[in-house]
Amino acid sequence: MSLLSNTAALLGKEVRTEFRSRELLTTAVVFILIVIVLFSFTFDPTSDESRRFAPGLLWLAFLFAASLMLQPCFLREQNNDTLSALRLSVSDPFAIFLAKLAANTFFLLITELFLLPFFSIMYNVPVVPVLHWLLLVFFLASLGISIAGTALSAISAQARMRELLLPLLMLPLLTPILVASTEVTKSLFDRSPYVQWKGIGFLAVFDLVFLTALWLFGEYLLEE
Amino acid sequence: MTAGFSPVGLHFDKIEKRYGGLLALKRVSLTIAPGECVVVAGRNGSGKTTLLRVAARLVRPSNGTLSFSSQSTDGNALEVRPEFIAHATMVYDELTAEENLALFARLLGVTQAQNRVDTLLKEVGLSDRRTSLVRTFSRGMRQRVAIARALLHEPAVLLLDEPATGLDPQGAAWLASALRRLRDSGRTILMSLHGESEISSLGTRAIRLDAGAIAADTRTGATFRSILTFADA
Amino acid sequence: MLKKVLAATAVFVLLGAAAYASFFIAPTDAKQGLIYRILFLHVASAWTGLTGFFICFLANLLYVWRRQPRWDWLGISSAEIGLAFTSVVLVTGPIWAHPVWGIWWTWSPRLTSTFVLWLLYVVYLVLRTLIEEPDRRALFSALFGIFAFIDVPLVFGSIRWWRDQHPQPVVMGEPGSGLDPLMYRVLFFSWFAMLALMALLLRQRYRLEAMRSDLETVKHEMEAA
Repeated sequence: MSLLSNTAALLGKEVRTEFRSRELLTTAVVFILIVIVLFSFTFDPTSDESRRFAPGLLWLAFLFAASLMLQPCFLREQNNDTLSALRLSVSDPFAIFLAKLAANTFFLLITELFLLPFFSIMYNVPVVPVLHWLLLVFFLASLGISIAGTALSAISAQARMRELLLPLLMLPLLTPILVASTEVTKSLFDRSPYVQWKGIGFLAVFDLVFLTALWLFGEYLLEE
Repeated sequence: MTAGFSPVGLHFDKIEKRYGGLLALKRVSLTIAPGECVVVAGRNGSGKTTLLRVAARLVRPSNGTLSFSSQSTDGNALEVRPEFIAHATMVYDELTAEENLALFARLLGVTQAQNRVDTLLKEVGLSDRRTSLVRTFSRGMRQRVAIARALLHEPAVLLLDEPATGLDPQGAAWLASALRRLRDSGRTILMSLHGESEISSLGTRAIRLDAGAIAADTRTGATFRSILTFADA
Repeated sequence: MLKKVLAATAVFVLLGAAAYASFFIAPTDAKQGLIYRILFLHVASAWTGLTGFFICFLANLLYVWRRQPRWDWLGISSAEIGLAFTSVVLVTGPIWAHPVWGIWWTWSPRLTSTFVLWLLYVVYLVLRTLIEEPDRRALFSALFGIFAFIDVPLVFGSIRWWRDQHPQPVVMGEPGSGLDPLMYRVLFFSWFAMLALMALLLRQRYRLEAMRSDLETVKHEMEAA
């Protein structure tokens, strides 16, 4: 009944549901693969150019995929009005958001990690030496994308043209993540890789700011 | 049923709900005593669903307040968790009947959750289908899962929006007996119904809503029958 | 009526004075010549736009808290007007850049951040057109508005930091480009004149929104009857 136990229960539900159908994960993975291939036509994927452009397009691809993957988040709950059931059952509505953003972060991470080897091979970028740092960036950035994306998907579920609306809401808002993640990733893919702590700190700040905002305003996002 | 249960009353104080320029509820004031079983009748669009959803605290009124009163003797403010049964099943299609109930039992903090889930599954007659996905259920079976979900924590306040929809006569009879048990144990029930039935006969009071306002109330002299059949009484 | 005319006149006098100051009082810039004077319009508009968005943020907070329609009216009005001033920034940017640098667009921190800011509030307006029910539209656009505004410092911060990684031409009155004290004074006066204009426009737009809202209510009531 506490916030944490409610969140854990709901997180279990989100993960179990997704792993039964694997719709979101499959779609996201295929989408990013397509984007990665298409992007390769826009510049010459030789080694030097790759190191310059690859991080940006990687994060761009992740952002696009996320804006598609996050749509069903609250739309699903409209199907049988399960959102009302959740609102009646949990003591703190923030648990609903925590569970969803945790699940979304998890799904995003799985997608990103699955695609990382393909990306590394296709763009000839060495990933293994900096893998643990990449994981850190992936985690912080995916967390930020999920926090903001979960909140915004609650908003887009209220509107018409929601398929087009969620990317519209998410992409400008997530510019800071795109900028910071790209820069940190770029320096990790450099010939002599280094960690940009300022960028990582920035991502952490973004996550904290939006998590706080979601905590403060979440209950209004669920209002009827 | 449960030790330490205190009946809960509801008080609607000048409740208004506006959708655009339309007032779904027009300054509705209504007091429901603890343990009353109230039937709400009215045409479609009269505001029944909105009234029930306000009582369930799912809909936030544009004006006015809803409050619960309990006869709790230990002085602690009771956290009232109303439950709601509606047209929509409010359960997950992609989970099994058992998983659904277990999830909500866990969220609600129901003690001895597994026992409770088993008991309810048996009561609604779905024990043999407990491991089937709700998606595979008929309308009537889904309604029974919905009812089981709502009864998980034996709510002090139960709100039902045309609950017999989709139930066969057997299911409706079971629901009537379940509601009778709840009513007799002191639960406060508010339900919207169409016409007379075994379920409507459980009511200790009836009100009729017309265009968002209370048009008749058995408390103020109208007869049960007239309210349920929309006759001008 | 007389008050309105007086207010409008005062604003136009202020604007005229600011324009005069921009051209004749501010000293000449050694490097850029005449064109640099567009700074007084460009930067003042940027600051005014941000002021508009800040008012929108406050209105959004107040709506979520109090749920009075007037905060929604203030929110949409200030967002639209903030957007108008921000558009001026995006238009004067190229007008300035071309004679000086030979290119139409520079990805300088201010311009880039302003572009993202502009997009955020365009999306705010688009969102409003996609939710029909007035109370719901007001609530959810207010919530988006709040998220958008707290994002603004993060946008500006991240792009500024990005600029540090990729040094950009320092142009257009970026901080550290060294403005003469007299130029600063003219700039602040221009900002003041623009704020007066914003206040005037805001008042009109707010009134329009109030009337539109009343009309919508009456229309719905008639349809329901």
